[in-house]
Order: sequence, then C-alpha cells, then structure tokens
Amino acid sequence: MQHGKYRFIVGFLALPVLVYAIFVISPFVQAFQISLTDWSGLVGTAKFVGLENFEKLWNNEDFWNALRHNVYMLIFVPIITLGLGLFFAFMLNVGGKRRKNEVITGVAGSKFYRFVFFFPQVISITIVAVIWFNIYNPDPDDGMLNSLLGAVGLDSWQNAWLGEKSIALLCIMAVMIWSHVGFYVVLFSAAMASIPRDIYEAALLDGAGRFHTFFRITLPLLWDTVQTGWVYMGIIALDGFALVQIMSVNMGGPDGATDVMPLRLYLTAFRDSQFGYASAMGVAMLIVTMTFAVLTMRFARRERIEF
Amino acid sequence: MGSTSAENNGAAGVGRRELIKRSAALGLISVPTMSFLSACATGGGGDEKETKAPEGAKSAANPLGVKKGLALDAFIFKGGLGDQYAKDAEADYKTKYAATVKHTGTQQVGPKLTPRFAGGNPPDVIDNSGADHLDMNKLSTQGQLQDLQALLDAPSMDDASKKISDVIHPSTIEKGKHGDVFDVLYYAFTIYGTWYSQKVLDDNGWEYPKTLQDMVTLSGEIKKKGIAPWTYAGKYPYYVHFNLFAEIAKIGGMDGWIAIDNLEPKAWTSNDAVKEVVEFYEELAAKKYFLEGSQGLTHIQSQTAWTKGKAVFIPNGSWVENEAAPTTPKDFAMSVGALFDGTGDKMPNGTLRAEPSEPYIVAAKGKNPVGGMELLRIMLSKKHAQNFAKLVKSLTCVLDATEGMTLSPGLTSASAAFKAAGDNIISLQLQEWYPALTDEKIGGLTGQLLTGDLKAADWIKKTQAYADAVAKDDSVEKFKREK
Repeated sequence: MQHGKYRFIVGFLALPVLVYAIFVISPFVQAFQISLTDWSGLVGTAKFVGLENFEKLWNNEDFWNALRHNVYMLIFVPIITLGLGLFFAFMLNVGGKRRKNEVITGVAGSKFYRFVFFFPQVISITIVAVIWFNIYNPDPDDGMLNSLLGAVGLDSWQNAWLGEKSIALLCIMAVMIWSHVGFYVVLFSAAMASIPRDIYEAALLDGAGRFHTFFRITLPLLWDTVQTGWVYMGIIALDGFALVQIMSVNMGGPDGATDVMPLRLYLTAFRDSQFGYASAMGVAMLIVTMTFAVLTMRFARRERIEF
Repeated sequence: MGSTSAENNGAAGVGRRELIKRSAALGLISVPTMSFLSACATGGGGDEKETKAPEGAKSAANPLGVKKGLALDAFIFKGGLGDQYAKDAEADYKTKYAATVKHTGTQQVGPKLTPRFAGGNPPDVIDNSGADHLDMNKLSTQGQLQDLQALLDAPSMDDASKKISDVIHPSTIEKGKHGDVFDVLYYAFTIYGTWYSQKVLDDNGWEYPKTLQDMVTLSGEIKKKGIAPWTYAGKYPYYVHFNLFAEIAKIGGMDGWIAIDNLEPKAWTSNDAVKEVVEFYEELAAKKYFLEGSQGLTHIQSQTAWTKGKAVFIPNGSWVENEAAPTTPKDFAMSVGALFDGTGDKMPNGTLRAEPSEPYIVAAKGKNPVGGMELLRIMLSKKHAQNFAKLVKSLTCVLDATEGMTLSPGLTSASAAFKAAGDNIISLQLQEWYPALTDEKIGGLTGQLLTGDLKAADWIKKTQAYADAVAKDDSVEKFKREK
C-alpha cells in the first residue's frame, strides 16, 4: 500500500503546517520587514528606511545596557538554577542514608520536598512577580522580607531591595531562579530514575561516597538533559520581561539597573510608538538568542554514553 | 481597513490573497515593497476613502445630530478614578438615543488600542490616560483624532444659551489643542502639590511652610519626633517631578520653564531656579528626611505609609484622595499645599500647578464619532460633573460645577487652593510631550538624587544632556509652546 502514502501524509500535515506558517513563520518574516521601516504602529502606512533602525540600535547605549543585563542573567541564572536543580534532584533520589533492602534512596521526606519544589512552576509568572514584589516591599512592617529580618534581629540587613541600584538585578535574578528550580528538580529526577541501579551498586561496592557518585556517575549520565535544560534556561534568561516589567522600579530602574532587551522593545513600541525600531530590536534579540542556542549545542556536545 | 482591505484595494489593484501568492513566489527574499507591507500587518489604509460619519437629524435636544440606535464604543481608563462616572454618563446616552453602548474599562489603553487604530476600527470615545496611554501627538498628526470644535460650539446641557466652550475652563481648551485644532478634551482637573494631613500638623503645632527654607527647618523638627518628614513613590519617580518641575517654574518663572518644554539648549543649566530646587531635594536627601525605603515603594505603598502617619508630606496629585481612601483615617483632614517660595521668585506665594487631565479623545475614523462627542457633552453637564466630584473626589473642567455641594476634605482643600491661586496657575508640558525623557531618563536621575547617590550638580548636567539628546533625535516628534 505504498501508493498514495505521501498524499495521505500531506493530507494530515497540510493544515497544521499552514496554521504554523500563518501564525508563527509569517510574523517572524514580517518582523524583518517592519524593522526596515519607520512604522509608527498607529496608522496603516510606513516608509522604507533601509538599515537605519539597525544603525541607530548599534549606537543606542540603552540597548547595550539592557543587553549587558541579559548577558549577566545568561551567565548566572542557568548555572545556579541547573546547579541547584541537580543538587536537589540528587539529594531527593540518591543522596539519602543507606537503608535496608535498598541500594539508593533520597533524603527523608523526599516526596514532600518534590511536591514543594514544583510549586512555583504551577503559578503563573505574573503572580510570581506580584508575590515577590510584595515580599521585597521595603516597608519594615508591611514588607515580608524586611519584617522577617527585623523579627530575627537582622535590622542592619533591611534594604530597599528593588529600589537599591546595586542589588535590584540580583533580586530579580533570585526570583527567576526560585521560580524555575522546581521544574529542573522534577526533570532531573525523572532522568535519574532511568539510570540503572546496578551502576550505583557497583560504585558503592567500590566505596564511592555521595560526592564521587554524583560527579562520576550521575552528572555524566545526565549530560544530555542538562544540555537541553541549559538552552532552555538561557532563553529564559535572555527574556525576563515579565519579572522586570512588573517588579522593577521605574520600568527597568533604578536608573536603568534592571533594564532588559524585551523591556526596551516594549517601551519603544508601545510608549514611543516606534514599531519599526522596536522590530529591529526584536531581530537583534533573535540573533542573540539563536547565537546562544547554536553555540551551546555546539560546545556542550560530548560523547553519549549508552546504557 | 484590516478587515475590509479586500473591498478597498481599488487603487492598489492587487488583492490581498493575490499579493501574498506573488510575494511567496518571490520567495520573500526581495526587498519588501511597501505595498506588500501595507497589505499585511499594517492593515492597508494608504488609499482610504473619506467615509461620511453617520449622522441623524439635528435638533435643539440633539444639536450634534446623533443617529438614534447607532451603537457607541467607549474605552475608559480605569485607574485611580475608576470608570463608574463614565458608565453613568453612558447610561444617560443609552436611554436618550436607544443605542447600545459597549463599555471597556482598562488600564492598558495603549497596548489594547494600538492594533485597533492601525487596523482602522478604533472605538468611538477613549479616555486616553494612565502609564500606558496612546501617543496623542502621533494620533493627531496622523489624522486619527476627531476635531472637537463642533462639541465646543454645541449648547450646554444645562443652559442652551451657553456654548460648551463657555462653561469649561479656558486652560482646558488651551491644553486640548494640537496646533489650532481642538481635538483632546481634558475632562478633569488635577491639582498637584505637597499633600499632608492637617490633623497631623495641628496636633503637633506645625504649620504648612511657606518657603523652601522653612520646609527644611520643619522637616528637621518632624524628624526629631521620630516621623519621616517625606515619602514618595520610588517605583514611579515622576511623582516627585510633579512638585520639582513646578517649583522650578514658580521660582524661575514660566519663560524659563517654556525654554525647558521647548528643549532649548542650556535651558536647565542656565536657569538658577533649577539649581535652587534640585539642591533643596539634595539637602532633604542628605539629611535623610525621606522615609527609609521610599525608593522601592509603589504609589499605593507610599500613600499607605503616609496615611498611616509614617511620613508627613508626599508629592502627589488630587486623585490621591480617591486612591488612598481605603487606608485614610476618618479624621485625617487631607490637604494640599501650594508651591514654596525660593529666592527672587517670579511668581507669588500661592502659585499652584493645576493641569487639565483625563484626556478624552474621539476617533475620527470610528464608526460613531458624533455619538462620541455627544457622550462628552453629556459628561460636561452639571449633573455628571457633580457625579464625578462625588464619586472620585476630583474636579472637572466644568466651571463652578461643585458650587453648593459638600465636598470631601481633600477636594475642599484642592478647590480652595485653586481659587486662591487665581491666575497664578502653572501648566507644564514636558512630561506630556516627552515621557521617555521625563519618566525614564530624568526619573532615573531623580531616584538617585533622592537616595543621595547623585549630586545636584550632576543631576542638572545629565538632565541637560538627556534633553539635548532628545532635541537632536529626529524620530521624536517635537512641540513648541509660546505661553
């Protein structure tokens, strides 16, 4: 029954591909087009201006400032998130004390922890931002963090948090990490479950401790999953729009200290009504994100271990 | 346009579908032509025909000629003032013209309406307010705003012998013009100033200070009592500008400020009032007269700290009474004070910044622009102006509408200050015209100034540099004012 096979397949694929082309591909292509115009976004006409927007972007200090913050986040957020995720997943699955009849176990209460870790993942990012914004409220009575610090006598640690230029970006990164660690705990737990127990058994017989088990067995066997997680986390770090837009002081402040590329784009489009210029920023972001993804995939490649 | 581009492509001669096919055939690699662009996301519109707005018969009761039964689409900013007052006016419209009124209350006027303007199906009447409002200058220059002269010439609902232009405040008409065309109706009046609780001052035997120097002295006394003299909305540092900018205009005179509004070179650095005012704020910061942590507070959080008595003074606008109502104690006696005197002031004591606010626009290309104007005429009646004062404790542009009413404490104080100021009213355009400059750039500097991280001299230098950069940037539309 080879006859008509392709027609059959095409029949199934045509509609989804068409929908994908219209709603995903064509906006992408159009973003490129619009980035070459001075479209205001308010009327139906625009003038073709060539690469002027890109030239302006190159000399735009604010955009470079925003890009720098995205790069900081790109460096720190994935490392810490994945590191914590791996650590917690290891502790929940392998890191427990040895018990009778079981080679490897998680720490006591690991089921409960797994549930708690996953919690932020089911809350929408907007709500996460609003919750944390109130946690960071500088008021020593109403702000949760400050009142907590006050209650335990650490008054000197009380801070304006998001209002403090030197730590505002760190505060936002902390929320980003907090809201994503749970997902990786679950992801890595699932990956760890697929590692054959006898490998651990053999290692334990040879006298390997938790430290060696982790670095010699768990991590190498999880490398594929970690790599995927890395790309995914990197893309999240290159965004950060929702958190910054809702939480930061004066939209990306204080004094530009938390500005990120998507926020720049948003302000350019919706506050300054320069959709052409904003599209150029979108194209620049696409290039940065793609470069990151390709480089990560290229340089993180290792020999795959079959098991 | 977006939805009707299949019909009105006569001039282009190429149908939308046909065009996509052709472009696809070219592989989309050729330099995109504007006709293709206008056929897609930008929704067409280069070749729109002037459509005649639907009109009904004009009569004494219906001077604008609203068509009965034609639906009206109203888009109202739902912020500090809520949107109930608009709904009440819409209800009257509904009964009078037997038409349905589609009401949308939102905080995101800009993001929600940008695509509708681009697509050619904007709502009829819009309260274009809030942080995310539409750029009215762009809308005006691009012909999207209905000329409201017909509304100004129409008789008032209360007295047919008076035109609308006779019953609203002259500065409302002045401010609502783009060039010579009156196309924005600022429905409300916002009184800006230093807000405080008269009770707190009375209880401690303090008096609202007259000069900047008195303010510094009083702040010292307040601090000794263990209360913070000031707080502010650090998340939105432009709240501080309400007073800071106005104070510069008061001391240095309107001519100096108009130079700033017009982005003239050295407008900031050559004005001595700028130095005096910015140094005043620097001194408040250096002496730690701001409530600790203010730099991270939202407007609501700072207002709450203020109504709870943690701080005495707050820079704000007259919407604060309504917005802070849930946390305001009954005997708070909310009041607003005029601008302080400096040295060699160009304007007298009692000078006040009062701005027409809540900009209402009617879309020229909407389905029912006449109905949109009629809704505004209904809102400009005494009945609805009083309803507004009662509901949201704010003044409207309707002259003397609240006479004989018992007003809330804050509104009483604001109307009294407004009356006392007489002609000494300051109106600033900088934030309206160049929000990216004032809110983001200067706002960032002000935030640092108030935490003591930036010196006054640097604030002035950098502000001048930012203003110069905007003056040089062609992509930002420029405006000029004479008076």
